[in-house]
Order: sequence, then C-alpha cells, then structure tokens
Amino acid sequence: MAIFGKKYFKVDLERLERKDDEALWMKCKACGELVFKKRVRENNNICPKCGEYFFLTALERIGILVDPGSFEDISRPIIAADPLQFVDEDGKSYSEKVKKAQEETGLANEIIVGRARIGGYPVILAVMDFRFIGGSMGSVMGEQICHAIQHAVQERAAFVLISATGGARMQEGILSLMQMAKTSAARKRLEDAKLPFISIMTYPTTAGVEASIASLGDITLAEKGALIGFTGRRVIKQTIRQELPEDFQTDRFAFEHGIVDNVVKREQLRDELIRIFRLFAPLLAPSAARSVEARDREAIV
Amino acid sequence: MIYEELERQIEQLRALSRNGVDLSEEIERLEAKLEALKKQIAAPASSPAPSVELDDWERVKLARHPKRPYALDYIQALTEDFYELHGDRLYGDDAAVVAGIARFDGQTVVIVGTQKGRDATENVKRNFGMPHPEGYRKALRVMKLGERFGFPILTLIDTPGAYPGVGAEERNIGGALAQNIYEMLSLKVPIVATIIGEGGSGGALALAIGDRVLMLENATYSVITPEGCAAILFRDATKAPEAARALKLTAPHLLRLGVIDEIVPEPPGGAHLDPEMTMRALRGAWQRHLRELLALPAELLPPQRREKFQKIGVYEEIAELS
Repeated sequence: MAIFGKKYFKVDLERLERKDDEALWMKCKACGELVFKKRVRENNNICPKCGEYFFLTALERIGILVDPGSFEDISRPIIAADPLQFVDEDGKSYSEKVKKAQEETGLANEIIVGRARIGGYPVILAVMDFRFIGGSMGSVMGEQICHAIQHAVQERAAFVLISATGGARMQEGILSLMQMAKTSAARKRLEDAKLPFISIMTYPTTAGVEASIASLGDITLAEKGALIGFTGRRVIKQTIRQELPEDFQTDRFAFEHGIVDNVVKREQLRDELIRIFRLFAPLLAPSAARSVEARDREAIV
Repeated sequence: MIYEELERQIEQLRALSRNGVDLSEEIERLEAKLEALKKQIAAPASSPAPSVELDDWERVKLARHPKRPYALDYIQALTEDFYELHGDRLYGDDAAVVAGIARFDGQTVVIVGTQKGRDATENVKRNFGMPHPEGYRKALRVMKLGERFGFPILTLIDTPGAYPGVGAEERNIGGALAQNIYEMLSLKVPIVATIIGEGGSGGALALAIGDRVLMLENATYSVITPEGCAAILFRDATKAPEAARALKLTAPHLLRLGVIDEIVPEPPGGAHLDPEMTMRALRGAWQRHLRELLALPAELLPPQRREKFQKIGVYEEIAELS
C-alpha cells in the first residue's frame, strides 16, 4: 500500500491551515447567511452571524484546546485490518472503505492520540474524527485509547477523551463490541494511578462508545450542541412508534437527566479544562514548560 | 425454503402481537408445524447431524427460537434454593433481568440473567428480554452482593439488546452499561458468563464480562442484529441473512476470534429439542470452570480478567505513521 510510504499521516498542527483554493465564503446551514470562511475559522468554526457550531475535525479541535506548539502526535503506528473480510452490499470491502477514509481525511485512523499542554498542565489527548467512518470504534481505536491511557499513567498527565462517534464499527463485528470492554479495562489504570479522566462528549457521542469509555470519565462535559445517547433516534422511533421529545438526546437533555456534569460552549472548553486541571494539579506531573500565567494563578490560589 | 417461509410468518405474527394483537394461538400452530419440519431436517435418528454445518442465519433463528430454554429454565434445572432478588434500589424492578442467590455444585452462587417471556403476556412483563437501565443496575447490585460474600457469579445472557426507548435514554442506559462493564472487570470473585441465546450488543456485553465466556452451540453474539446491520450497511433490512453471515456472530466464529472460551454443545436441531442434554452440558462446563477459577487467589482474578479483555483486537502494525 503505497499510501503508507508517504509522509502523510503524522499529525502536525502547523499544517492545519486549509488550502488557498478553497472558496472564501460559505453559507451557514442554520441562518442561511453568507459568511466569510476565514472569520468562521477564527471563531472556532462557529457562525459569526448566528452562533451555529460547524463541524470540527480532530485536528481543528486539538488546535483550539492546546497550548501553542505543545502538541505532539504519539499515536501507535497501527491501522485497521479486516479480520472478518467484511464486504458490504455495494461489493465494497472494509479495507477499501478504510483506505478511502484515509485518503479523504489524510489521517491514518479515526482517532488521534497526542501529548500536549493545556494551560501548562500535562495532558494526553485522544480525539476522534467523525469524518473517518463516522468516528466508529474498532480494534484500532480501542488500542489507541489503551495506548493513550498508558502514556497518561507513565507521564502523570490528565487523560482527555473527546468523542465524535456513531458507536462501534460494525465491519469489525464482535471485535468492535469487545473494544468497549477493552477500553474500560484500561481505564482502571487511571483510577489506580489517581489521575483525572475528563470525557468530552460532542456531536455525536452515541452507542458503543457512549455505553463504555465515554461514560466512564471522572468528569463528563458535553460540548454545547452535542448529541448524547445509546440508541439512535430513528431506531427508537421505529420501536415505540411515537414522536420523540424535541430535545431528545441533546446537550440539554443529557444535563437535565444527570448524564453530564456541565454543558460547555466550544470557545470556553479550553478554559473549562484549565479550571479543572488546577484542582487536580497536585496529582499531575509538574510541567517545566508551564506558562507563567498558569504559575501565577496557582500562586494566588 | 418452506422452513424459512414459516419462520418469516411467525416473526411477522410476533411483530404484530407486539402491538397488542393476541396471535399466540396462530403462532403456536405455525411453530408446531415448523418444529415437525425441523426434526425432519435436522435430526435423523440414526446419524446425529453435525449441527456445525448449520448456516449462520439458521443459527440466528435457532438462537431466537421461542421454545428455546431461557435463563430461568437453566436456573431451575441447574441450581437449588434459588432466591430471587428484586429492584435496583434507585428506580424500580426490571423483570427483563432476573437476579438472585442459589446453590450450585455444593456452594452458594450469584446468578444473573436476562429473561424472555414464553408467551405474549409474559413478554409484556419481560419486555422480550430487553432490559432498561434499572435491570442492569439490579444486576450490578446483586453481583456486588456476591463479591461481598465471596460467592462466584454465573450470568446467563439471552437478549436482543438493551431496550431502545425514551425512558431507557432518560435514565442513562449507556452509562448503566458502561458502569456494569467497568465494575465487572474488577469484581473479586470468579465470573462465568454464558450466552445461551441471543447475545445482543452492549446489552449482552454488560453482563458478559467473565473470567470465562461460554456460548451455547447455537447462540449468537454480535455488535448489532443482522436486521440492524442490513438496514444500515446494506440499506435493506431483508438482507439480514447476508448480514448474519458477514458479522461472524456464531459460536465457532467467535471461538476462532478468541472472544469466547468454550462452546457448550447442543443436541442436533437445537437446545429446545433436548433441554436435559443441554442442561447437562452446561452443568459440566460450569463445574469445571468454577473449580478452576476457585483454585486461584481471588485477588488475581480482576487483573487477569482485565488483561483478557485488553488483549482483544485485530489491527495491522505499520512501520511509522510519519
């Protein structure tokens, strides 16, 4: 597979800038207004006119959270195999599907594991990318999450999982179901090491991921606009043959039913994390590169 | 083909009766017909047909067979003095999950299982074996009771999945499944999980975190139902038989994939044709595994169990990402 020979997959935040040939303007799907793309990007992918959240890739998400220059991709060099030799009805094999997702996203996998600092605090991030086969969890994601947790323990860093996923990856059958158990088993190591695990649920966090690792955070945050639930709306509707409440499985629904600790606006997520890390600071490795600002704030506390 | 047609008719009737129409007589009549046919096909008295040759979709249908022994049948046949416990102490009692304490092989054990109904009325009560969060929370409560007293845990899994409904979501079904998985990984008593019928997705996994995971020969265990997979990936729910084959959800496949530890044999044609034989086979397997596990220091069980599940996964190593 020639694609793997290329310097292609390793995530580099400096390359985040999009290509110049892209259209300059876009139409907001919510308010219908024409908005300047650059403004949207500078605004954390939020519509400057009406506040609608646009989709964030994993890299964009990392970009708005971490201290500048602090991010390093530490993902394990693994990619999806096709253990079931799964072929869908269009005659397309799972391997082809993965390859197409890699080409379209420039990513090796649906999840990126990285080491970074946020407000100076040491963090291991595991961030899903919904564009890559719906951010679904197969053997690779399961292994990358375990790998991330192992690093968090070794480096005494906080573990932050950012979910954007439709659930388990059907094409890996039972092996994808087992990743729920696998990641939950790894999570115990954080508990034993007394390290905080912050789970951030975004649009969408559903099914197999929601019913395992994403629901096992010490602190669970929903990004404003998140969709959180186990069974998809459509399936529930088919089963009960009734209209569902309008706010069903929204961020508000999750908050009101006690499923998340807080709902946080995208532009405030970074500050929210820093507030939390400050409370856990004695348990985290001191970071030599901690920002002056962060140190000052701690001194005051 | 007559066989499949009959099954389809029965399934349709069953779907109808879920909406309140009582068609149980009609269903029973068709089932009897099907039964007779199945015996003809599967069990010529002279040569016990190796049921290994059954197609994956045939197995899906056997796993869902309405005459198949359910959790309480095993509990009744294999244990003594079963004392059922009710309620999760938080919200209610979910009859789709049975949980309690019993005697097995000379010692006290905790038993937890998902329970389907035998007829329309019972199925309303049992919700077709699809638990709500309170069912999983009851299961966990009783398993923790077992841990406190050092009682080994036996689980029996036969569920299409956790119930897809509004109440389930409001009460955080995902969180309940996650909690069961997480806590079961660290219970300091032996756990033997057995898939006896349908092992439906997260709702099955949340009771199947065992030191040993056993599966009856014609049971299935899958990330999604064949119908669901067909609807999503093939955009056509009638392609369920193809999806069943693609998902590799039968016991022989799962043993090969290292997801289960042992297949418990069933009589030719399925467990319901000779329940006693099925019970005997499961009794033997439980005895053997419990004895092995009870010989180990209890504190070794959780790390071993976690290691067992952490090892599962198939991926391709590449030289470097960059």
